[in-house]
Amino acid sequence: MEIEFWMKCIKRNAMAPLGLLCLSGMLGACGSSKPKEVRFLGEEPFPKKLSEWNLFLNTRGGPKPNARVVPYDLNTPLFSDYANKYRFVWMPPGASAQYRTEGTFEFPVGTIFAKSFAFPVDGPAREERLIETRLLVHARSGWVPLPYVWNAQQTEATLRIAADPVNVRFIDATGRERSFAYHIPNTNECRQCHENAKVMLPIGPKARNLNKTFHYADGEMNQVAYWTKTGYLLGAPSAESIPRAARWDERTDGTLDERARAYLDNNCAHCHQPGGSAGYTGVDFRLDHFELSHAGECKRPNSAGYTGNLHYDIVPGRPEESILLRRIESTAPKAMMPQIGRAVVHEEGNALIREWIGAMKTEACGVVAQR
Amino acid sequence: MNRLEKALAVLCLPLVLLSASCRKSPAEFAKNLQEELITAKPGSVIELPEGKFQFGRTLSLTVDKVTIRGKGMNKTILSFAGQKEGAQGLLVKANDFTIEDVGIEDTAGDALTIQGGTNIIVRRVRTEWTRGPNEGNGPYGIYPVECKNLLVEDSVARGAADAGIYVGQSENVVLRRNRSEYNVDGYEIENSENVDAYENVATHNTGGMGVFNLPNLPRQGGRHVRLFKNQIVDNNTPNFAPKSLGPIHNLPTGTGIYVMAIKEVEAFGNRIQGNNTVNVFLIHYKTGVAEGVEETAASSEITRQIFAPEDKRYYPFVQQVAFHDNDISGGGKSPDGRIEVMKQMAAALGGGLPDILYDGIVDPAWGHKGENPAQICLTNNAAASFLNFDAAGSMKHPVKDLRKYACKLPALSSVSIPQVTDAPVGGAAKGVGSN
Repeated sequence: MEIEFWMKCIKRNAMAPLGLLCLSGMLGACGSSKPKEVRFLGEEPFPKKLSEWNLFLNTRGGPKPNARVVPYDLNTPLFSDYANKYRFVWMPPGASAQYRTEGTFEFPVGTIFAKSFAFPVDGPAREERLIETRLLVHARSGWVPLPYVWNAQQTEATLRIAADPVNVRFIDATGRERSFAYHIPNTNECRQCHENAKVMLPIGPKARNLNKTFHYADGEMNQVAYWTKTGYLLGAPSAESIPRAARWDERTDGTLDERARAYLDNNCAHCHQPGGSAGYTGVDFRLDHFELSHAGECKRPNSAGYTGNLHYDIVPGRPEESILLRRIESTAPKAMMPQIGRAVVHEEGNALIREWIGAMKTEACGVVAQR
Repeated sequence: MNRLEKALAVLCLPLVLLSASCRKSPAEFAKNLQEELITAKPGSVIELPEGKFQFGRTLSLTVDKVTIRGKGMNKTILSFAGQKEGAQGLLVKANDFTIEDVGIEDTAGDALTIQGGTNIIVRRVRTEWTRGPNEGNGPYGIYPVECKNLLVEDSVARGAADAGIYVGQSENVVLRRNRSEYNVDGYEIENSENVDAYENVATHNTGGMGVFNLPNLPRQGGRHVRLFKNQIVDNNTPNFAPKSLGPIHNLPTGTGIYVMAIKEVEAFGNRIQGNNTVNVFLIHYKTGVAEGVEETAASSEITRQIFAPEDKRYYPFVQQVAFHDNDISGGGKSPDGRIEVMKQMAAALGGGLPDILYDGIVDPAWGHKGENPAQICLTNNAAASFLNFDAAGSMKHPVKDLRKYACKLPALSSVSIPQVTDAPVGGAAKGVGSN
C-alpha cells in the first residue's frame, strides 16, 4: 500500500518529461532492454547522485524499487516532523541477515537501507514532495550514512553531507497548515543517533519492530516471514517466538504501557542507552531492558540538562511535574528532546506519554529511600 | 594587450585564483565549515581565519586526531547567536582532539562539548555569552564529559548559567591557568578522578569552584582532586541560574570553593578571599542539594518530599579533605540565605559566616570514632575562621575550634597526562602562607 503511494508521489511530482528523466540518469532502466541491477558503491568516493545506485527504476507505471529492493515498515517508528517515510532494504545476491531477538539483525556487508522523507504538497490531496533519501550502507569498514537531497524538479537527489534546512509547508491530516524549516541531518548527526560505543548501526530493523504484516505487491505477509522467504533473513524462530513491539498509535494494540514503551524505545533509546550519545545521563529507554527507574522514575537529572523547574524525570501519576514530558513538548534548542531531528511538536506522541505517566500509580519520589 | 601585459596576466592569474580560494567570504567559510569537519582526515589541522562567523546549528566533529586552530580567542569567533538547531556550539566526539585560539559565543546550550574522548587539549579557547550574566544563557561553557587524559589551559569562560568550565565523569585531568568569570559556577569537577586544577582564576562568579559527586550518573566514585595556587576571589555575582537548570539554582551567591560528597581532596597554596557567603564549604550531598529541593520546589507536595538519592553506588559523605597553606580570608560578610540552614546560622551568628564551614555530617558506619571521623584536615590557612555547624545534630553541638582539625593527610600524587610535560612537582608544594 505504502509503496504504491511512494510511486505515485514520484510520478506526480516528476514534472519533467520521461525523456528528460532518462537523460538525467536517474532511472537507469529507461530505453535499455537489459535491466540494470542495484550497484553497491559503498567505498569512497561515494556516488554524488542517488540514481547511480540503481535502487529505483522507472516503468510505465512510474518509478518503482528495483528488483530485490524490498519495502518495509516498523510497528512504531521514530517521529520525523510528520514526514511520510518510505523504507527499503537491499542485500547482495546470496547474502542474508542473521536473526537476533534483541537489537538489530546482523546484516551482511553490502546491505543498503534507503529511507525517503516526503511531505504533502499544497493542492489536491495525496501528492507529496520528496525532501531527502537517506542511505545507510554496510561497507567493509562499517555502516556509512549517506544523505541525498532531492532537487525541486524531483528528478534527482544529490549527496549532501551537510545540507541546509528546507522550508516545508503543508496542510496536515487535521486540516491545519504547518510551516517550518525541516532540518536534514548532516552525517555527524546521523552518527549521533546511529552510533553506539563509536560503532555505527541501523536502528529500526529489529525483530520487534519488523514483526508486522506488510502489503507487498504480491500480497500481504508478515515482514519477518517475507524476509525469510526471499532469503534476506536466516535463523528466524517460529512466528510466536518473535517479539513484537506495540504500535504506539493503535489503542487496540497492546496496553498503554506497551505502547508508551515502544514509543520511547524508537524515539529515545538510540541515544538513551549504555554506549549511546546520551548514555552518560544514565537514562535508558530500551524496550528489551526496560526498567522504570532507568527510564527516569523519580530520577533527578543532576547536571545533565534542562529541567524546566522540575525535579524528577518522571513523577508517577504527575505528567505535569515530569521533566520527560516537559522536554519532549519543547521546541527550544536547549530544552527539547530529542535534541536533533525534530522541529515541531509531536502532539499525538506527547499525548501518549502524558497519558502513560498520568496512569501510573501516584507515588512520592524520594520517600522510599527515607524509610 | 601588449606582450608585457600578457606576461603579467599569465603570472597574475594563478595568484588571483589562489588568493580568491584562500580568502573565502565569512558566509562561505561558515557554510563550508561543517563539511570540512566531516571530511577531515585523521591528522588534519583545520585552520580558522580571523573574523566573526555566524552559525545557526551545532557544529560537530567525529574524526580522531584533528586540530582546530583559530587566530586567537578574540580574533576567530564562532557566534551562535539566534541558534535554531542543536543545543551545543561545537560538539566533539573524537580522540586526540585539540582546539586552540578560538572564541565560541552565544550558543543556545553548551558552547564546547567534548564527549568520550581520550587525549584532549583545550587551549586558549574562550566561551562567552556576550550579554553577560543572564538566566537565558546556555548552561556550560567548556563541557568535557567522559574524557580521559584531558587538558584545559589558558582558556576563558564567561556568562554560563551553570559552570564556565566543567569536567564530568572524566579521569586524568589537568585544568590550569584558566580564567572563569561572570558564570554561576566558575569551575565544576563532577564525578571525576585524578584531577589537578592549578593557577586558575575564578572571580565574579556566583561560586568559584565546586568539587563533588552526584548520584544517578553512570560514572560514580570521583576522587583524588588537587586544587592549588588558584585564586578564588570575590565570587559574589547574584545567582542567575534559572530554576529550570536544577540544583545549580541553589548555589549561594558568594561561595568560594565547595567540596561535596567526595573523598581525597587536597587544596593548598590557594588564595580564597572575599566570597560573601563562605570561602570554603565542606558538605554532605543533602546539605548542598536536598535542602534546596524543599525550598524551591514549585510543584506539589509530592515532589516537595525530602530527596534522598536512590543510587546504591552513591556515597554522599565528604571525607579525607585537606585544606592547608592557603590564604583564606574575608569571607562570609553578607551570606546569601537561599539554603535554609545557612540562613539560620547567619542569623544566629549576627549576620556573617566564618571562612570555612563544615556540616559535620558523618557516616554512622564510621562509628563516630574520635572527634574528626571524616578526616577533615585544616591547617595553616592564614587567619581563617571555622565552624562545624553540626547539621546532623540539629546544630546543637557546633565546633569552632580549628585545633580539632589540625590533622595531616598524605599528600596526593600529581596527575600525569601525556599532553603535559611541564607539570609542577606534586606533593607538598610550597603554598602561600607556608613557612
